[in-house]
Amino acid sequence: MPRLSVWFIRASLLYLAIGFTFGALMLVNEGFAIDLHIDQLLPAHIEFLLSGWIMQLALGVAYWILPRYVKGLPRGNEAMAWLSLIFLNTGILLVTINTFFPLAWFVVLGRAFEAVSILAFLLVSLRRVRPSR
Amino acid sequence: MPLLTRWFIRTSFVYLGIGLAMGILLAAQSLWGSMLPLAVFFPGYIHLMTVGWLTLLIFGVAYWMFPKYSQVQPRGNDALNWAAFILLNLGLVMRLVGEPLDILRRNALWGWLLVFSALLQWLGGMAFILNLWKRVRMK
Repeated sequence: MPRLSVWFIRASLLYLAIGFTFGALMLVNEGFAIDLHIDQLLPAHIEFLLSGWIMQLALGVAYWILPRYVKGLPRGNEAMAWLSLIFLNTGILLVTINTFFPLAWFVVLGRAFEAVSILAFLLVSLRRVRPSR
Repeated sequence: MPLLTRWFIRTSFVYLGIGLAMGILLAAQSLWGSMLPLAVFFPGYIHLMTVGWLTLLIFGVAYWMFPKYSQVQPRGNDALNWAAFILLNLGLVMRLVGEPLDILRRNALWGWLLVFSALLQWLGGMAFILNLWKRVRMK
């Protein structure tokens, strides 16, 4: 497994752990209304599990397992792929900051970071989606 | 394909089947008006699809395909992996039962069912993450 996939997948596992923790807290709060503020974790719970866990895991596994390029670098421009990892995680954090502090434009900025991240990943990896040799 | 993977994947497909059926019922609710209080199943439906289907499927495939941990324990601590499978399923089913009941008729019993559901799912998730973490590494 390449180093970048290790980072993608370990980050995804961290988000899964935090997302599950937020979910468990909200479910306990649903059973016994302990603190009304706990429900405010919902957007972060969704963001961590959809973008942080599932999307990031998919990118990490794809980078590892898709057929490699025959010519040049086997997995394409590595710097661009690292940029994808950094932008995705910056985006997720910017989006979730809004859960704790009301900074709505951070969500817009965060989504833009996430979109650039995916674009960078596609530029690096899309041509790897082809029949195996 | 290891036995635990088969259990994870088959169970995930069972949840998918139930989730799809539930999706049809929830969509058809608009036709029936408010005759049936189906909206109480909506959070359960979302978690059937995301935890029951997606996460269990991912766990099953990851358990099978990720780099081996060691010669002796190729997939880490298997007792912990099986515990994760059982805890996640028990927790999810408790939620699917307890949440609609708690919404419809709030009482301490359903409240505790949700607390245990949360605890079991959380423990199951953490157990699997701990085991898988060690297998996410360079060759």
